[in-house]
This record gives sequence, C-alpha cells and structure tokens, in this order.
Amino acid sequence: MSTAISERAAEEESASRSDEPKDTAQGLAIHELIRGAPPTTEEIDSFLERHQVPLVEGTSVTFLYRGQVDEVRLQHFIYGLETSQPFDRVADTDLRYLVLDLPPQSVLQYKLNVRNGNEGRWVLDPLNPERAFDPFGANSVCRTGVQTPDWTRPDPEARPGDVLNLQLFSRAMGESRNLLLYLPARFRRNRRYPLLVVHDGNDYLKYSNLKTVLDNLIHRQEVAPLIVALTQSPDRLAEYPDNENHVRFLTDEVVPLVERDYPIRREPRARGLMGASFGAVASLSCAWRRPGVWGKLLLQSGSFAFTDIGPNRRGPAFDPVVEFVNAFRRNPGRPSEQIFLSCGTYESLIYENRSMVPLLQSTGMDVRYTEARDGHNWINWRDRLRQGLSWLFPGPLWMVYE
Amino acid sequence: MHELIVFGPQRLEPVLRPQLDRLGVGEPVASITAGWQEREGEIEDMTDHLQRQVVDLELHRRTEVVWEEDPDLFHAHRARQDRLQALQRLYRLRLDYALEPARRLLRREDAFDPKMLEATRESAIGAVRLLDDEHLQRVRAEHERFESQWHPTTRDAVAAQRDELTAILSRSDALAIAGGHVAVLLNRMRLFGFAELIADFIAEKPVFAWAAGAMALSSRIVLFHDSPPQGAGNPEVLDAGLGCYRGLVPLPAAGGRLRLDDTVRVSLFARRFAPDVCLPLDAGMSARRVNGSWLSGERSTYLAEDGRVEDWKAMAA
Repeated sequence: MSTAISERAAEEESASRSDEPKDTAQGLAIHELIRGAPPTTEEIDSFLERHQVPLVEGTSVTFLYRGQVDEVRLQHFIYGLETSQPFDRVADTDLRYLVLDLPPQSVLQYKLNVRNGNEGRWVLDPLNPERAFDPFGANSVCRTGVQTPDWTRPDPEARPGDVLNLQLFSRAMGESRNLLLYLPARFRRNRRYPLLVVHDGNDYLKYSNLKTVLDNLIHRQEVAPLIVALTQSPDRLAEYPDNENHVRFLTDEVVPLVERDYPIRREPRARGLMGASFGAVASLSCAWRRPGVWGKLLLQSGSFAFTDIGPNRRGPAFDPVVEFVNAFRRNPGRPSEQIFLSCGTYESLIYENRSMVPLLQSTGMDVRYTEARDGHNWINWRDRLRQGLSWLFPGPLWMVYE
Repeated sequence: MHELIVFGPQRLEPVLRPQLDRLGVGEPVASITAGWQEREGEIEDMTDHLQRQVVDLELHRRTEVVWEEDPDLFHAHRARQDRLQALQRLYRLRLDYALEPARRLLRREDAFDPKMLEATRESAIGAVRLLDDEHLQRVRAEHERFESQWHPTTRDAVAAQRDELTAILSRSDALAIAGGHVAVLLNRMRLFGFAELIADFIAEKPVFAWAAGAMALSSRIVLFHDSPPQGAGNPEVLDAGLGCYRGLVPLPAAGGRLRLDDTVRVSLFARRFAPDVCLPLDAGMSARRVNGSWLSGERSTYLAEDGRVEDWKAMAA
C-alpha cells in the first residue's frame, strides 16, 4: 500500500488554493508603487514599512533590494528555474525588484548576488529576516502560503528528552567514533523502546531541530517514545554510498552497543534507519545489504541517481551511488518492511525519487511517498519529519488522554 | 451517593485539591494510575498537590501478577483483545464512509429546501448513530461472552488481588483515577471488577477522575482527534466504559485535539452523540455529579448542535 501525498497535505493544499486570489500579476503592489512618476524616497520608505519582503501576492512573489549598486540577481536553488535572475531597477530610485511566479505552498531558499563594479557578493536578503541554516551557512527563506510547523518550535509544555554523548571504537572504521543518543522524556529502564539510527545526526539536530521535533511529537503522542542514535560521518561521500564498512559500523557495532546498554526492542520492525541525500543512500544500502535487520527506513531526498544507459553525468562523487542504485534497481530484494520516502519537487533528484516509488512498491514493502514544493535542504527534511516518523513509529495519540 | 467529579488534564493546572478540601476528604486517598503504564505509581506530584497521603492501587502491576499466575485467563484476555481490535478496524472502515455524507450535508447551504436538507442531514447522522450503536453492541457482546465464560473476578489470581484492593479502598477516604492510556486503564479496571467496586465506594466516599480516568468511568468511550498526523481523524466509539455515569461524553484536552472553530465538525460531533452532552475537559475544567445531577465547574462548555461551543451550566444526570 502506498500513498502519493498524504490526505492532510492534499487537504491543506486544496484549502490554500481555494483561498488564493486569482491572477494578481496585473495588480501587484510593486506595480502600484512604480506606476506614473518614480516614487519618492519617502514613498519607498513607507512601502517597505507596510510590506513584508518578499511580498507574496497569490502566486506572485516580489523580491526587493534597496541600495546604490550596479546589479542585483536572485540566486536560488529551485531546479527547473533559472538559478540566477536579475532584478529590475525602478527608474531614478535606489529600489530594485524582481517578480517571480511561485506555486502556492512553496518554500524557496535564496541569496542575493549584489554587484558593484567588478565586485559581486552573495548576501542574505537584508529585507527578509527569515533564515535557514545548513553546514554551508545560511539562506534567506521565502514562503508562499506555507507556515513553519508549530511542532518544529520549542514547546514549553513538552517534556524534554536527553542527548547523551557516547564513544565507541569502531573496528569497521578503524577509529573511535562519537555517537549521540537521544533518550525520550520520561525514559524508563523497565520499558523497551524502538531504535532509530540517524545519519548526519549532528546536522539534523542543528539544522532540522531534530531534538525539538522529537520532544514535541513524542509529547503530543504522535510518535512513540523512541531511542535515537545519531551518527556523524567524517567523510560521508566515501562512507555513505554502499560501503560495507559503514554497514558493519551501524549494524554490527552501533546497534549492539545501544542494545547492550539500553532497553531496546530487538525485532526488525522496531528498528529504523534514517538519512537525507547521501544519508538516504546509506540507509537504503545498509538495509539492502542486511535484509531482515532494519524494518523501517525514512529516506529524505535520496541521491538515488541511476543510469539506464551511458555514464553517470552527476560527477565522480556519484559514481559509487549510481553503481549501487543500478544494482539495487536490478535486484531490489526486500530490504525492509516499511519505507517512508520524501522529496522536494524543486530538487534535481525528484525524478530519481519518483522513479524509486514503483520499484520499492514492487518488492511488497509498505511504501509511503510524499512531496513538497521545497528544495534539497534541512528545512524541507525537518518539515517532513512529522509525516514520516508518525507513520513509521506511531504514537498512542488516539488512546492517550493525560 | 457521594460526589463524582470529572476533570481535564491535571499536569499543568492541577485543580483537584480544592475539591478534596471542599468535601473534607482525609487520608489516605487511593489512586489508580494504571493508565500511566510503566510509570504507574509515580505519584509524587499528585501527593504534593493533594497534600495528603496517596496509596496507589497498582492495577498495572497487579494485572501482570494475575497474568503470571493465571495464564489461561491471560490467553483468553489476549484473544478477546484481538477480537476487539478486529472489530474496531472493521467499524473504522465503515465509519469513514458513513461520516462523509453527514459532513458534506452539514456543509451545504445551497438551493435545497431547508426542511428537506435538514431531514437528509438527520438521516445521514442517524446512519452514523446506528453504526456506533451496532459497534458498541458488538463490543459489549464480546465482554459479556468473556465474562460469562471466565468469570474473572472469581478466579483465584484475580480474587486475591481484589481482596487487597477492597481492603485498601475501605481504608481510603477518596478515590482518584488518573488519565493516560484509556484502553489500558479500562482493561485493568474491568479485570478487577471496578464497576462494582466504584459503585460500592461512591455510596459513601467521593470519586475524582480526570482525562482518560473520566472516560473510563463513562458509559461510552469516544476517541477523538481532528488533526492526527495519520488517518482520517474521525471520532470513534471504543468501548462501553465502566458505566459509572451516563449523559456525558468527556472530551479531555478538547481544545488541543478538536477543531472547535469548525462548526460542521462540532455540530456533527454533538448531534451524533446526542442526547449525551459532549463536554470538553481542558486543563482547569471540571463537572461534578451531585444527587443525580451534573453541575458545571469553572469555564465549563459543551459542544452545541448548531456547531458552536457554548457555556454549560447544568443538566440532569
């Protein structure tokens, strides 16, 4: 059984669409401002005070930049649109703007490329306070009708879990590795918990608020109390694409260590692997190499590049990925029991992820797939966690009234 | 008969103590925290709040003892639970389809003759009621079959625990039933025959129940959440409850679980379970049954059939 997009997401989307104004392109606020004589400085000041930037009007988004510069370009990461788009200057002013058409429920991360003479620099949008962070820095964020989910923000009513630092010497990796272990609030030794192992765990904590998300979803009873082992590879490009040493590290070292010291349910259906991008590849390959061990997979924006014919065109880092995915596609077996797959429709990987769905379904696994109008980023992965975790590790929401 | 008071969640806004003080409740207070499962008996916060000695009845632990001593009963219980779960799945399957027309009809305000539309709405809601009633009858039949075949309270393992429970209750000045997992709580209370124990107890002493505790004592347990991350979010009848009171459908933490600003959902909820009063029990809220009548507590509201959430004053029990 699988579902393309959850009923709730579809419902929200439908509701949002019905609320949207019709074609607003002709009546945009920016057009009102610049109609006739050029606006004065005071008029521009007033305009900026009255509007949140970027201005979202129906499906039209107006980006603004104010300053004496030679050129401003929008640099974004939406696959399918020109990645660099120039702003127009409002004549005789220091105001520049760009109107972009974006579907409702979209999230766009971007920077501005501001050029003066020969010097160009990428900057965050000074008129937009919303930021998203990732290992490479930060981006500005534009949303059309979609809000930051409340369950991603700290909830004072939610009891916090603990994050412990562990260290283990990995024979598979030939070195010591740090491991973070999330224990849910009200952890009890006399209870047995599911285990979720997370690739790039530190990044999930830092950029996707994973601890807050877990605290909140467990507090709301939407996700079962679970123990989460968070790994962080020092060389993910080498270790993640179908690397037997990595598989041994997770399966033969991390899991036994946690099972030895903590009350873990030991059946496969209570054991999950999660990862994004290359981390999703690592999760799938790990389960594929050890069928019957990992009963649940949460794969976000997997880098499931493959070739039907000819060489891989995504660069050498993808060579081992393509080799694995091609092998997997030839012989998928039944690596897990339940797989939650998500991908942003603004990612270059959307084709590969969509292609993966029927293949996974053909194995008899329980597959659920969801898309969002978002990109290859930690906010997208954060915002899909409720759907994924609550499906894979459902909490007693329906039964618990405290 | 003494007072029965039902409350909303107690964790963030405990309001039991003033009621105990008002009724002059002494010590000890017996508690049931089986709904907390492995946290059963962690009653420090409750003791601090009540400022009285609290003795937990340990129904969760006692149940484990019974299962160990009486494996036949355990297996029979598991078999019943499997059948109940299957019944619930089948009921849920039909419920999806029964609720949809009722919801759609309640949303329509178009060119139909108003009387014709209202009659059709009532018919659609009636179909849901029939389904609920049939499900409840089938669930009751499962329990009756189990009880008549196994007579659990007369079996040695259960009777021994029940004797201890009766002794503790006889020494206690009040009974406080906490929330948690409503099915776990209900099963434990049912195993030890708490419908009868509470009927005896409340003849002389007050009973306080909050959240799932209030649900377990009712005559019809309705599970609800309008926005679950998975599934349709259709309120569903789970079980009959212990039947300690009638006329109310308690809705703990309704403010967070229900879309109370959605008049169609509220109206359908109220009309479906009428004539029972659907009573939100958020933190700080309560209702008490005195001399056969329900009296509203602080900020009490109810789900009105017109889809609004109205102030609730009182009703006959």
